[in-house]
Amino acid sequence: MNDTTTGNAVHDRIRQEIKDNSVVLFMKGTPAFPMCGFSAAVVQVLNNMGVQYKGIDVLTDPGLRQGIKEFSDWPTIPQLFVKGEFIGGCDIVREMQTSGELKTLFTDKGVATKAA
Amino acid sequence: MAMKADEIERLIKEAFPDAVVKIDDLRGDGDHYAARVISKAFVGVPRVRQHQMVYSALKGRMGGELHALALQTETPK
Repeated sequence: MNDTTTGNAVHDRIRQEIKDNSVVLFMKGTPAFPMCGFSAAVVQVLNNMGVQYKGIDVLTDPGLRQGIKEFSDWPTIPQLFVKGEFIGGCDIVREMQTSGELKTLFTDKGVATKAA
Repeated sequence: MAMKADEIERLIKEAFPDAVVKIDDLRGDGDHYAARVISKAFVGVPRVRQHQMVYSALKGRMGGELHALALQTETPK
């Protein structure tokens, strides 16, 4: 995420996506049809919270699948971004949901969630 | 593509000598693990960074030969 060099088309695209969309989930499959249990788990967390997000399928784009790992220095998919900030993968998202930190994060960042 | 639990533990302890490490082989297939790592090294470090430190201790295996490692990092009480 500290990579500010230009000229890497994949990184530029990622930067644009997380700038244009408040909540972005890089995942395997789509929100409707997740192709991996870890991606499905994060989709479920976001859906349960009623958060609007953009799901981006890395399986359809090998360059993106590799590029996102380099971009955030994170070896696995899914990856959740909120307001341009890398939040974490499946373990962190689930842990933050359980502790209530995720709800606080969305509120602090001005992202609407469903009333509990 | 599998990795032994004691190899994971060895790599983590190599990077965090004070760590208490608990590894569970979730499915008994040598491919889906849960790891709990408790170390003073995590004090004051954001959670994403804590996990990055553990991934880095695994020297690139995470996401490759190690498909699934559910990770929980903590600081000593």
